[in-house]
Amino acid sequence: MRGATHAKWAACAAAVALAATACGGGDSDSGGGSGDSSATLSSSWGDPQNPLEPANTNEVQGGKVLDMIFRSLKKYNPETGKAEDMLAEKIETSDSQNFTVTVKDGWTFSNGEKVTAKSFVDAWNYGASLKNNQKNAYFFGYIDGYDKVHPEDGSKQTAQTLSGLKVTGDLTFTVKLNQKFSTFPDTLGYPAYAPLPQAFFTDHDGWLKKPVGNGPYTIESYTKGSQMSLKKWDGYHGDDKAQNGGVTLKVYTDNNTAYTDLMAGNLDLVDDIPAAQLKNVQSDLGDRYLNTPAGIIQTLAFPFYDKNWNKAGMEKVRTGLSRAINRDQITKTIFNDTRTPASDWTSPVLGEAGGFKEGLCGDACEYDPDAAKKLIEEGGGLPGGQVKITYNADTGSHKQWVDAVCNSINNALDNDKACVGNPVGTFADYRNQITEKKMSGPFRAGWQMDYPLIQNFLQPLYYTNASSNDGKWSNKDFDKLVDEANAETDTAKAVSKFQDAEKVLRDNMGAIPLWYQNGSAGYSERLSNVKLNPFSVPVYNEIKVS
Amino acid sequence: MGRYVVRRLLQMIPVFIGATLLIFLMVNVMGDPIAGLCGDRQCDPATAAQLKKEFGLDKPVWQQYLTYMGNVFTGDFGTAFNGQKVTELMSTAFPVTIRLTIVAILFEIVIGITLGVVTGLRRGKPVDTSVLMLTLVVISVPTFVTGLLLQLLLGVEWGWIKPSVSSDATFSELIVPGLVLASVSLAYVTRLTRTSIAENRRSDYVRTAVAKGLPRRRVITRHLLRNSLIPVVTFIGTDIGALMGGAIVTERIFNIHGVGYQLYQGILRQNTQTVVGFVTVLVLVFLVANLLVDLLYAVLDPRIRYA
Repeated sequence: MRGATHAKWAACAAAVALAATACGGGDSDSGGGSGDSSATLSSSWGDPQNPLEPANTNEVQGGKVLDMIFRSLKKYNPETGKAEDMLAEKIETSDSQNFTVTVKDGWTFSNGEKVTAKSFVDAWNYGASLKNNQKNAYFFGYIDGYDKVHPEDGSKQTAQTLSGLKVTGDLTFTVKLNQKFSTFPDTLGYPAYAPLPQAFFTDHDGWLKKPVGNGPYTIESYTKGSQMSLKKWDGYHGDDKAQNGGVTLKVYTDNNTAYTDLMAGNLDLVDDIPAAQLKNVQSDLGDRYLNTPAGIIQTLAFPFYDKNWNKAGMEKVRTGLSRAINRDQITKTIFNDTRTPASDWTSPVLGEAGGFKEGLCGDACEYDPDAAKKLIEEGGGLPGGQVKITYNADTGSHKQWVDAVCNSINNALDNDKACVGNPVGTFADYRNQITEKKMSGPFRAGWQMDYPLIQNFLQPLYYTNASSNDGKWSNKDFDKLVDEANAETDTAKAVSKFQDAEKVLRDNMGAIPLWYQNGSAGYSERLSNVKLNPFSVPVYNEIKVS
Repeated sequence: MGRYVVRRLLQMIPVFIGATLLIFLMVNVMGDPIAGLCGDRQCDPATAAQLKKEFGLDKPVWQQYLTYMGNVFTGDFGTAFNGQKVTELMSTAFPVTIRLTIVAILFEIVIGITLGVVTGLRRGKPVDTSVLMLTLVVISVPTFVTGLLLQLLLGVEWGWIKPSVSSDATFSELIVPGLVLASVSLAYVTRLTRTSIAENRRSDYVRTAVAKGLPRRRVITRHLLRNSLIPVVTFIGTDIGALMGGAIVTERIFNIHGVGYQLYQGILRQNTQTVVGFVTVLVLVFLVANLLVDLLYAVLDPRIRYA
């Protein structure tokens, strides 16, 4: 019955889409299959959680907009994820610690102001300063003088600007870091490093109402919490000009409604296919459904502040648990192949050269119930005879997979009570319990990369006391290898050092890698050349509308 | 009459304070909302402390409540985490929900009462039985089923409406969502009116009116209906508040950016200011609607007097 209904849906959607193209001929002269550079498209959106400032946006919905209206020194290639020069003419260093940045000439903001070295330095100083409450401030933590403008203990800040940033010319500035960090230039594609026009500082409220940037789109109108329409900016200087006339982002509370709207021809692009529709999406959309790897990995972290989980021999128990999880089956049945079983702690979007190494986890991530049982027994058994996997139940389909993981563990250990899920009502409360070190067993840990570097998958998560090291795992060898890797000027050598560090992580099973997450999207027949970048955001400027 | 209204208004004050205090405490029990703002990572302690100070979360709860109430009386409902004033959110959300509620109430009054009168007058006839059956079905099917079904049929299969409501949310777009929202109450209104009419039809004053030779239409509208409406008015009056606050499901299905949407997002993000602000206004709506209902009694039945 269900299948039949959906076949009808598909037929209907096709009919509507055809009708839409037919009608579309009216407002676009070219029509037909080729792209019309003045036609606009509509896309689903979520209300950004924070004000739309570059250094204050840490989630994908706000990031989507920043990606359209800003260009930074570097840009990540939407296909390979490699950092490529955008506004940077060159970034030079001789010691991996002092960098000289030259900005390309000719770039302007959409209000006509020139993009200069000062646009960058002012923006970075704003982002780092404690008094501005920017949630991405820690990105500037590598720059010299950060501890003065952003004292960690919350004491009064003693400087307004970073001492490590100096404007040396109209288009040049220097950056002094407080440690060696060879891949620092490659991090500069993150939106937090975007340049800002003077209007941002002089008329902040006005800017927030209608942000002004230097990217391929400008914001035409913005109704907070409901809709934003972006228009192609003809004066854009870069070579990645928008291939369509504009994008209308519509806020949807429920991604099911967005999907229904796509089916009815009321919306062109949905970049979050609801879990309930994954079964039918292939028949509904055919090749207009995208399912491509994104820089997201899901893991199970452990509370290393709890003695029970940190005593000798527990690494065997953790490895045993890892081997008791049937990743293949869970990704297939629960996620319909929108996740791939993980075999290292990074992501396939990095590519081989970037540090992704399939199978680095080796046996420790292979499903083997007998070995799992043996390992857990050798390690002294589960603490308290039971593991509780804590997760937040308000978003995603966390409950389903946690139950499935527990099921898999229970089956492997022949014990119905070996593993149970422990839901927490809201994400905020969940984060709270983690911050207050209240976890008593493994817990859900997801990581979406900030920039496509192996460093970003390891250092923030597993380095001693790092910002996202929720389990407080700490290992001297790991820290040492990461430090060495950061100091390494040769990229290939740095990557292999990072992989050595990853092997330390594996041998201690500091966190169980579960699966790599894909980005998914569906689009109407009006669109072509739709792609998702490694951050699972549609590459809007390349979409063609007919 | 005047004294009665004043007394009722004074009674509202403790109810208002109690309700807001409860909501305030409930949202606070959920824990520290700042932790949820930094994604899957720990907020850096300095920024977190600064944010807490800015939103007044570093003070004890009683002090937070007093400051909040003080601000509310000056018309300042605080700021949401995305930097928008809560009053700004209200000014965009309430008009939409009010429009939706008006559509729903109109459906209840027009369809509900008409069906009620028709069935009440023809008790036991086939019309009566079929309407009764129908209302039973409507009452037993949850709103989200009706909503999704209508959305799928009218929006996707037949293409009569757009499956979602645009950000303007005009009256014409709100007809189907309004019908969905009203459906259950509509069934209740039908049943209430039917019973009330059927009962009063046998009363002395109706027999007298008929005996006087008054036209049937006049007997029904002037004598029968007016007396039968008291329980129905009570129901619809209290329903106004319930519809405004309870539209979360309907607003989600049809993507309407009204009160339900703001409340849902506020709760997910543990945004005390948004949730308490919206609920406070909803409490006021409830109280005022109840007062109006009580005053309407006197209009419908002159024997009821307030002193």
